Amino acid sequence: MTREILERRTAVTGIGQSDVGRRLGRDPLALTLDACLAAIADAGLRPSDIDGLATYPGAMGGAPGFTGAGVTEVHDALRLKLDWFTGGMERPGQLGCVIDACAAVAAGYARHVLCFRSVWEGTAQGKGGRSGIGVGGGGFRAQGPTMEYTLPFRAYSAASWIALVAQRHFHEYGTTREQLAQIALNARRNAAGNPKAIYREPLTLEQYLGARMISTPFCLYDCDVPCDGGTAVIVSHVDAARDLRRRPLRVEAVGSALRGRPSWDQFDDLTTMALRDAAAMLWERTDLRPSDVDVAELYDGFSFIALAWLEALGFCPKGEGGRFIEGGAAIAREGEIPLNTNGGQLSGGRLHGFGFLHEACVQLWGEGGARQVPGDPQVGVAAAGGGPLGGCLLLTRA
Amino acid sequence: MSDKPFRVLPRVTPENEHFWRGGERGELRFLRCAACRTYVHPPSPVCPTCYARELAPEAVSGRATVLTYTWNHQPWVPSPDHPYPIAIVEIEEQAGLRLMTNVLRVTEETLRVGMQVQVVFEHHDDVWIPLFEPRPA
Repeated sequence: MTREILERRTAVTGIGQSDVGRRLGRDPLALTLDACLAAIADAGLRPSDIDGLATYPGAMGGAPGFTGAGVTEVHDALRLKLDWFTGGMERPGQLGCVIDACAAVAAGYARHVLCFRSVWEGTAQGKGGRSGIGVGGGGFRAQGPTMEYTLPFRAYSAASWIALVAQRHFHEYGTTREQLAQIALNARRNAAGNPKAIYREPLTLEQYLGARMISTPFCLYDCDVPCDGGTAVIVSHVDAARDLRRRPLRVEAVGSALRGRPSWDQFDDLTTMALRDAAAMLWERTDLRPSDVDVAELYDGFSFIALAWLEALGFCPKGEGGRFIEGGAAIAREGEIPLNTNGGQLSGGRLHGFGFLHEACVQLWGEGGARQVPGDPQVGVAAAGGGPLGGCLLLTRA
Repeated sequence: MSDKPFRVLPRVTPENEHFWRGGERGELRFLRCAACRTYVHPPSPVCPTCYARELAPEAVSGRATVLTYTWNHQPWVPSPDHPYPIAIVEIEEQAGLRLMTNVLRVTEETLRVGMQVQVVFEHHDDVWIPLFEPRPA
């Protein structure tokens, strides 16, 4: 029996993004709704056409500004009439809610799902500097499978948790800081063509190597920049997409697998992460190959994560990521696999996963302007998540 | 007390106290399956290898190998001892039996992947934090 890849019944039909800034000082729900309404209009739909709603992480506490709005707030603000909705963190990365939306559309639960993610970490953290996780006041005790076994060892941030993986990769494969720098330098070059990017001025290798360290081997420029902003995409059934404003971007395959342990420090291979399994699943669901991909928008919350996605998705062999990106030519806008064409999160701003999917769509629609990759790209991959989070989608113009 | 850095302490429960309080007797303890002898970490009521339910705490040697490390420079919490090393070590008794921890008595020049280390404990309130230091050859 032939297996049907059901996500191929779905497509991205519209995208939207609010203003993006370091500290906008605006109501995070307003930013969220700016993105949502922009995406609905971009698809040529009205709010009354939306029958599904999905977000990551939804309403929650946690780090300041980590979420701008939950499902309930957006549902009610737009008076949506929903047949299906979901929000929450326990899923394969930030784009996991988009993967769920594809499944819901393919199953017939909804025809047009509004998917959104908004952050206001820039404003919420103010001038106090970037927060660690769970550093509570007196008497606070760490609990839960992640916090209990990290915080007592003074590992307060994913910066340190991911640095441990990067360092093991350096050890096993000879990867260097000079190589890793290319992820950050490439992002900064591309950000110059993105009017919404946070950091657009040139960055040199000397500046990178001279920057203060955060958690070795990561320096300041290996860490993404907190910002304020909302991003939204519309996932539609292909049958409902034909008469819309845009040419739909069909979902060719998704990757949501996590076959190793769901942990920052207990994953079987300490040189990679959950994204290994998500990427493997994506290629198990399509006849396309890595060489067919024209543009790659890969999570760079920390620079090393993008390198790990490059390896996992097969743009270079396992362990060769450092040598592959050396000098930066292979990942440049006119290179073998253009990477993070809007500046990623390192220079574009920490829109937390959704920025990568938004940019993949921009590129496939040929609307990148000064940052548009040449050659009329047909196939793009968007991937988000590091550590135990990882999810990815392959989009085509077909 | 002054030589101990601030630490967020774990919430101690009946399920994890063998781990967090074993250091009172100088022991690094993990749950171990009575049926298949697998060490299990973090603690779980079911053996992840054979799914048996008979698990009991058992002390290990405390010998371990550094699998990876990072020197944390960012002052997430103010402290005079930045940078300090965070590591993942593998316990000698079982491949894949790992802990995130700190390594003491090392410098950026001496700490290496593959370094052989031995557990030591740092006492705070009602818990004994398992840390590691280089083991004499």
